Amino acid sequence: MVKTKGTAVEVRLPSRLGFEKVAMGTAESVARLMGFPAERIEDLKTAIAEACINAIEHGNKLNEQLSVGVMLCASDDQLEIKIVDNGGGISKQPAKPDIDRKMHGEEDPRGMGMFLIQALVDEAEWVKGTKGDASYVRLVIRLDKETE
Amino acid sequence: MNERNNNMQTEAKAQVEQISDGNGGQVTALRFSGDMSSNSRDAVLGSYEHASKGHPVLLDFSKVDYINSSGIALVIQMMMEAAKSGQKVAVFGLTPHFEKVFTMVGITKYASLYRDQATAVASFR
Repeated sequence: MVKTKGTAVEVRLPSRLGFEKVAMGTAESVARLMGFPAERIEDLKTAIAEACINAIEHGNKLNEQLSVGVMLCASDDQLEIKIVDNGGGISKQPAKPDIDRKMHGEEDPRGMGMFLIQALVDEAEWVKGTKGDASYVRLVIRLDKETE
Repeated sequence: MNERNNNMQTEAKAQVEQISDGNGGQVTALRFSGDMSSNSRDAVLGSYEHASKGHPVLLDFSKVDYINSSGIALVIQMMMEAAKSGQKVAVFGLTPHFEKVFTMVGITKYASLYRDQATAVASFR
């Protein structure tokens, strides 16, 4: 296995939908080098995709002049990822999606991204930028977590 | 080479087929391919719009490469329309990861997930 402890990888994405797949591919490569099982890598890819989509759509409002930063930091037992955008961050967490309300038209069918992120990684933290920008989401996935 | 738009996503497509349920009935199969994302409205809702409303609906994800929450939202919208028409919906061809994701968001309350087409179609009998 390739030595990854203390390794940092950074990618900058244009604020254009679809480019979240670059972040997914990068995270997959790093996670493979660290020895994560395939199932956890799939969890990580979906969580990163959703975080990047939020950054592109809501943080940078699809402004292609702005980029989304994706920083991956590998340590012995975990992979930490920060996804940074130029928005002000979120004020409060959206409610957990309710499929019954969605199916009855009482709730927007969208709005599942943050729920999926929280459900798929071991830690998820949304941090507002100190000057109203450079907000980020910090994700952690641990190597020793048993697959379900 | 895959057809791609300028968003780096493989364009979602859907093929609509009428298939037998093996018991004298018909099933409408929507066979998706490509990426299921916010760009997939035509593939998901457009294909359903043109499909028969008199039969159960089978959603085939076996050729889908990527699904994000916006794509799942379109599937939920399609399921809402199917529920209004009184149509049962079954899903097959998802990877184990996306079976987990569909279960997490509650889709399994309104559509059962199956590993293969034969089992999914049999559920309509």
